[in-house]
Formats: sequence, C-alpha cells, structure tokens
Amino acid sequence: MHIEDWLRAACADAEKRGLPELKALLETLARSTTNLRRADEALRAERADGGTP
Amino acid sequence: MPAADLRSIAELAPLVARGDVSPADLVRRCLARIEGRRELNAFITVMAESAFAEAERAADEISSGRYRGPLHGIPVSVKDLVDIAGTPTTSGSAVPARMPPADAPIVGRLREAGAIILGKTNLHEFAFGTTSDESAFGAVRNPFDRSRSAGGSSSGAAVSLVEGMCYGAIGTDTGGSIRIPSAACGTVGLKPTYGELPCDGIVPLSTTCDHVGPMTRTVADVRLLFEALTGQPLPTIVGRTRFTFGIPGGGLFDRVDAEVRGALARVRDRLVAAGHTVRDVEIAQAQIAPDVYLHIVLPEAAEYHARYLAAHAEAYSPGVRLRLEMGGYLLAEDHVRALRLRARLTESVDRVLNECDALLLPALAIPAPTLGAQAVEIDGASEPVRAAMLRLTQLFNLTGHPAIAIPAGRTSGGLPVGMQLVGSRGRTPSLLAVAEAVEGQITGGAGSVGGGTG
Repeated sequence: MHIEDWLRAACADAEKRGLPELKALLETLARSTTNLRRADEALRAERADGGTP
Repeated sequence: MPAADLRSIAELAPLVARGDVSPADLVRRCLARIEGRRELNAFITVMAESAFAEAERAADEISSGRYRGPLHGIPVSVKDLVDIAGTPTTSGSAVPARMPPADAPIVGRLREAGAIILGKTNLHEFAFGTTSDESAFGAVRNPFDRSRSAGGSSSGAAVSLVEGMCYGAIGTDTGGSIRIPSAACGTVGLKPTYGELPCDGIVPLSTTCDHVGPMTRTVADVRLLFEALTGQPLPTIVGRTRFTFGIPGGGLFDRVDAEVRGALARVRDRLVAAGHTVRDVEIAQAQIAPDVYLHIVLPEAAEYHARYLAAHAEAYSPGVRLRLEMGGYLLAEDHVRALRLRARLTESVDRVLNECDALLLPALAIPAPTLGAQAVEIDGASEPVRAAMLRLTQLFNLTGHPAIAIPAGRTSGGLPVGMQLVGSRGRTPSLLAVAEAVEGQITGGAGSVGGGTG
C-alpha cells in the first residue's frame, strides 16, 4: 500500500473516531515509514548484489 | 543526610550479616526518607507493614545462622509495572489496576534472596514514555532540580535510590527506561541481555523489546542485585585489567548536547590515561534504529492495550492514549520490514563488538529536560524530547545487547550525566566485569550518586 493512500485513510478514520489530534502523529509515522521502506529497499538491493550480508 | 542512608549494599551487607545493623532500622530510615520527600512522587504504594514483618523475619533468620546472602535484610523498591501478590499493579495509570494473585518471578527471586520489598515506584504511564510527566500519581520530579523530569519510565526507581529511600530497585527497559532515568538522576542501571531475566508478571509494553533489570547506586551493587535476580551465582571474570572500547559515531550518535559531549570526551581521556584503548567505530544502518523501533514497539503495545482502550480509553493520559492508538494503524507489511532491518542492526552491533570489549556512549543525549517540555534544542536544532531521550538507548532494546548506565559527573547547571557501556549478547557478567573495572574512570572519582538534595 502506498504511504500516501495509507495516511489518507488513517487520517480519515481518526477523524471519524473523534481523534483529530491523531493526525499529526500519523503524519510523523508516515515520514518514519518512508525512511523504513527506503532502508529496507537498500538492504534488499545490497543482499541481491551479494554485498555484505 | 546521614551517611548510612547512602551506604551501598556491598557496604551494608556484612554489617547486616553480623547483626551490627538491623533490617528494621534500615526499613525505618527508608520510610522516613520516603515520607520526607513525598513531593518527588517517587512511590505509588508504600508497603510499610509487610516491610517491617519481612525485616523481623530476616533478623530472626540471620541471628539463627540462616544468612541468605548480601540482599538479606536489604530494603528494595519495585517498579509498579511488576506484580506483587495482593498489591495493585497500577502501571502509573488511572486505568483500573490489576490485582495479581501471585508475585512476578523476579519478585520471587528477590524474596528468595531475603530482600525486603518496601513498595512500588512511580513511572511514566504503562512505561510508554521517557519523561514521567504522564502518570496518574503525579509527575516524578528530579531530585537535582524539581522543575525537571527524572527521566523515565523507571523514574521513581531512580529517585528512590538518589534519595536513600531504598538500597536497590527493580526497573524495566523497553527503549531505555532503566538507563534514561539512571542517567537523569545519577544512578547505575543495568539492562541485561534480552530474555536473561523473566518478564512474566510484568505489564508488557513491547514483548520483544521489554527487559527487566536492577538499578542501584554502584556497579558492585548492580552486580549483587543482578546475581540475586538470576537466582544463581554469576561466573567470576578474572585476569584482565585493560580493555578496548568502541565509541560509535555517525548522525545518530553525534547529535548530543554539548555538555554531554564534553563529559564523553573527559571519560575517553581518563580511560586512555588509565591504559585502556578507545577507538571510534561505526554501527552500520544505526540511523534507521528509531524508525525500526517505532514499527515494532507501536504494534506490540497496541496489541496488548486494544482491550483496555476499548473499555477505558478516557482513563489513559491523552498522550499515551494517542501513541497507543497510532500503533493500531500501522501496516503489517511495514512491521515485517522492521523485523528484517532489526536483524540487520543486530548483526551490525555484533560486528563492532567483535572488535572491542564494550561500546561506550552517553546513556542520554541531553540533561534532564524541564517537566512538560515537548521539544529540546541540540546544537541549535529543535527536536522532540521523546526522540532525543530514546536515541542512544533504543537500538540495544532492538538488538538485545546488555547495556549499563553509569554516572559521569554533572553539567555546569548541576544535572547528572550518564554514560552507557554495551556488551556482547549473552555475556552480561563480562559487561559487569568491564563496568566494575572502569567505574572510577567513568564517574571521575565523584562517586556513583550525588545524593540529590541532601
């Protein structure tokens, strides 16, 4: 799932549940998830290249 | 403050064994300190009646030749996340407490060693924070400056040691919750290797990152308490007096308050002057640790709390509730990515520890922050308090390596600074041997605890 789609859905749900203050935290989490996915892609690429395991 | 109140367990044990100091006197002194420092909010439950009964039993056993060892007759505190039979486990929350029918195994081991359980200490609610200003029992105040946080989440435990309210304490550590308050308050705290001590009977935060461990005023005492908690004698590590230390560098580790950086430089100089080897090392991928941590701890915490949030959402502190709610939104696919990166981080830390005896780094990147502060400034850049406080400790919760916080002097404003030694997985006794050998170089001879407000 694309992070933008996830964030949109999560924020809408938080709003529906009466937790609008959760949106700022979800935006922070989205930035963290972006970092995580980037690092994971780099790790997988490194392993596919036969680099340091 | 009478000097006896701040004696170490190692100093007191032979006096108790000989009958020169009575356990009941120790309990009385500790209770008087608790009563005289109530405004610090260190304790949630004080167990005076049972403590005196345990002291009497200990005295009887000792006088009849049944001395159990150095913890016998010594008052200790237990973080109120840990079950003690018949006493509410509040977790620092207004969410209805659980009333455990049995002691957590770790408490059972304290009892087997003859320790006296004095009471249950305050904490950041559900151990889900580093500042302890979110507790239903009041914010835990730093003895060195009451407008500041005592760290967290095991803040009451650290304060109980600084103020002579007990001689040893049990804390828990999921991202640094033993080491952070130890650094903020100038005490010693050990997070053992993951899984080394049982976490059954302890309210979980993140089951794959949770650790329980001892907190004391000296490294020798932390060893005594750890030994009692393992329930078996620790192996004796002999022979070496010179060690190699690795100081991790890179963005994650370099973003540190200038005074903390200065303290690290002084420790480095003292270690070198004492004949140890200190080298710079790099932990591959370390900068991703905070992101990996979030994607593991949040869903694990959300899973445990789901049933309580459904029934008691309004009873949580707003900040704790929101962080738990956030965990419910995280995608499973990102959790799996985090698990893969966690394995990589573990390999990275293992690799640098193949080249040195221990890593050396600050336990806390900043001095204790002001209570209620949301952000701190480091080298002119603002950063959320929670992220800054977790940055140097959470990596080793992910990887499971043992780590110990040791006081390393104070800032110009008089606030404690703590250093951290990290050892190889499964070799906590070796880490303790290194820590004992270099404690003087780390504290700079100032002793392991400043004595709070005196």
